[in-house]
Amino acid sequence: MLKIKHLSTSYGKIHAVRDISFEVNEGEIVTLIGANGAGKSTTLQTISGLLKPRAGTILYKDEDIAGMPANKVAARHVVQVPEGRRIFGRMTVKENLEMGAYLRKDSAGIKEDIAHVFELFPRLEERIAQKGGTLSGGEQQMLAMARGLMGRPELLMLDEPSMGLAPVVVETIFEVIQKLRDQGITILLVEQNASLALSIANRGYVMETGEISLSGTGRELLANEDVQKAYLGH
Amino acid sequence: MDIFIQQLVNGITLGGMYALIALGYTLVYGILLMINFAHAEMFMVGAYVGLFSLKFFSDPEWGAATLGLEGMQQFFTGSIFGLIIMFAIVFIFSGIVTGLLGMLIERVAYRPLRNAPRLAPLISAIGVSIFLQNAVLLWVDSRAIAFPNVFPVVNFGYGINSLKIFIVVTSIILLIGLDTLVSKTKMGKAMRATSQDRGAAQLMGININKVIAATFFIGPALGAVAGIFHGMYYGAVIFNMGFFPGIKAFTAAVLGGIGNLRGAMLGGFMLGIIESMTAGFISTGYKDVVAFAILIIVLIFRPGGLLGESVVEKV
Repeated sequence: MLKIKHLSTSYGKIHAVRDISFEVNEGEIVTLIGANGAGKSTTLQTISGLLKPRAGTILYKDEDIAGMPANKVAARHVVQVPEGRRIFGRMTVKENLEMGAYLRKDSAGIKEDIAHVFELFPRLEERIAQKGGTLSGGEQQMLAMARGLMGRPELLMLDEPSMGLAPVVVETIFEVIQKLRDQGITILLVEQNASLALSIANRGYVMETGEISLSGTGRELLANEDVQKAYLGH
Repeated sequence: MDIFIQQLVNGITLGGMYALIALGYTLVYGILLMINFAHAEMFMVGAYVGLFSLKFFSDPEWGAATLGLEGMQQFFTGSIFGLIIMFAIVFIFSGIVTGLLGMLIERVAYRPLRNAPRLAPLISAIGVSIFLQNAVLLWVDSRAIAFPNVFPVVNFGYGINSLKIFIVVTSIILLIGLDTLVSKTKMGKAMRATSQDRGAAQLMGININKVIAATFFIGPALGAVAGIFHGMYYGAVIFNMGFFPGIKAFTAAVLGGIGNLRGAMLGGFMLGIIESMTAGFISTGYKDVVAFAILIIVLIFRPGGLLGESVVEKV
């Protein structure tokens, strides 16, 4: 579904991502793990079009989307839930969800999907008229994911969904991620919480200083000694 | 009491104009975090376009009549109905021309600098402002031009007249219209989303270039309307007429909380009323002193402006 080939992205003179290649198949959860500053978020932002790559191709369903502006990538149902949530703080929960459906014109379908995301995150329904900025961190993460789902993603890219959240909330979020895969959404997950990410992922890639150093199935990586030492705290 | 009512009416009239201009500053600031110093010139250009189109439709020695369209001029100036249509055309035409100019300026002078340090577009805006003033000075006229006196001014006592009512009512309609546009329509929601988080807005599929272009159309279009009001109210236009109203309207935007639409409206009316009251009860010479003193006091106690939200901490 998604094939990244020799992708490089830089901020000015800093080469944040260097010549990486990986792929995501339909129906999988694929995770990119690695330390802070390894280039995971940069990779996601390059795919979603917020950053322009310096070199390489990003094939999504056999179309090269490298360098395409973010709004056009979103139109292809490739949806990124950004790091730090980035919900619209001065809009209500409902308006945030409507923004997620910005490109859609099927108001009946939008209504249905709002009901659907409320099923996934009942807490949001209780907060429907509240401004996004007044929600707790966990609720904001739920809203960010719900907003992403409103775009009917075929490929959903989640950037650090567990960051700064209480363990109970993290559990809820990861349960939802698995549910979404079961519903047929392909997921590319960037996480610092490597053990959690690998435990639900079909496959994973380890990033180190802008390069992919290791890859394998979730189980293989969990069992790998280097991964255990570096990221799992064993 | 007479003076009070009179000055209140004057203040509201002036306030309506300030509010219309202030919206242009606040819209652009909300989305690009940039003070568009060329906005005062949008007001000026709008007034000129309004003046010439009004002349074209109404001046028998100028424009339409010389093209053999005396009949059209007679229709427009001959009845109230004709006048309404003529003014509607003049305002809409000037708004569109000025709005397109605003979009052009954004495309040429600001967009290339969008990712540059914030000072760069600011300087570019000042450059655009100087350019436009001098372009009008050189190509149109360096002296003031009288505004065609075609609006039927009827006095109702207490300093209330039909022109002031027209200005106030039209301003309020436009303000409500813009408020509705921004809170209810899809484009308005896209504008709000873009102003809150540009990157996240792009991820929603919003084409921010379109949103920014729309902002640069709406602000100058409203500024143009205010420019025509100003020309009608004071009876003349001149190339540097944008300076003071521009500064006042910018002040109004800051007073209300820059980036906040209703704040700009409130700030505009407040500033207009404060100025008129000072002129009426203290002295004309002190009106700017009092207006700006109030601005300073407000900013000391509420740095975000009257309706500005305190800065939300981003985690």
